[in-house]
Amino acid sequence: MTQDSGSLLARLGRAPWRRLLRPRTRRVDLLVAALLALLGFGLAVQVRSTQDDALLTSARPQDLVQILDELNNRGERLRAEVADLSDTQQRLTSGSGTAASALADARRRTQVLGVLAGTLPARGPGIRVTITDPGGEVSASLLLDAMEELRNAGAEAMQVEGTGDAGTTAVRAVASTSFVDDPDGVLVDGIRLSSPYRFVVIGDPATLAGALVIPGGVEDTVRNQGGTADVVRSEDVQVRALHRLVAPRYARPQ
Amino acid sequence: MIPAVALVAGVVLGLVLHPTVPAGLQPYLPIAVVAALDAVFGAVRAQLDRIFDDRVFVVSFVSNVLVAGLVVFLGDQLGVGGQLSTGVVVVLGIRIFTNAAAIRRHLFHA
Repeated sequence: MTQDSGSLLARLGRAPWRRLLRPRTRRVDLLVAALLALLGFGLAVQVRSTQDDALLTSARPQDLVQILDELNNRGERLRAEVADLSDTQQRLTSGSGTAASALADARRRTQVLGVLAGTLPARGPGIRVTITDPGGEVSASLLLDAMEELRNAGAEAMQVEGTGDAGTTAVRAVASTSFVDDPDGVLVDGIRLSSPYRFVVIGDPATLAGALVIPGGVEDTVRNQGGTADVVRSEDVQVRALHRLVAPRYARPQ
Repeated sequence: MIPAVALVAGVVLGLVLHPTVPAGLQPYLPIAVVAALDAVFGAVRAQLDRIFDDRVFVVSFVSNVLVAGLVVFLGDQLGVGGQLSTGVVVVLGIRIFTNAAAIRRHLFHA
């Protein structure tokens, strides 16, 4: 027994590592193993979490406060930027459709109004009325009557041509066009025209022609005064003369 | 053999599971690890000195961890947690170095 224990002790003394390596199943050994496993676990976890946020854990509190401050400021700036951009986006997405249609609408209206106001050339079906006045009897009021008749018949664009100082001259007939008697002819909007006069009118050709040839109308009157009125229908007449717009002195858009 | 295997298994487990350390435990885990390391180095030295005892190891391991955690906790309550944990780490580090030197003398006789 003593020899046994002696030899055991001697064996252990010679090879203390063998005792560590030899598997044993006492409860306290399991406890030791559990503690070491716990140590390994904690070690690994701590190393991992240190690697994850090495920068922040090693920073001083003042630095941390500064970093936090910077992050807050940056977040605030970015939030403001996001709000700005989403606002712009909303405006653009909701406004693009209406803006485009409004622009197209405005363009269309500009053209319609330009034709009506005489600032844009126009072409379309209509008539040409040539009034010759060999006797110099055609007055301004007759031309005015002719223009009013044509307007009543639905004329959409009209120009008055005549022999001016420099050959054939055309004047766009608009709302403010005036006819004034002149010894050598008629002043149309201040421009002297003389026979033969010609109205170039865009509108329904039949209606326009009919308006001139009614009994007691323009054609009759011209013939009574020794002239001739020649109406020619056409599917394509061009009104090229333009009216120069003058800004109103008193009227203001409301 | 079993303790070494258990240690490796614990490391692997920690690496694989990759758990998040609870915020309340964050200041104590490193200290506990260092304290446990001190106990392990002491155990290895005791083993080489042939005075190793399982029970002593278990008690020293647990008490080391608990005392280290308690000291840091107290330091936190007193507002000197950072300094006290530094102190604990220094003391434990010195002990680990001492034990490591003893182990080295045993193994290499130098």
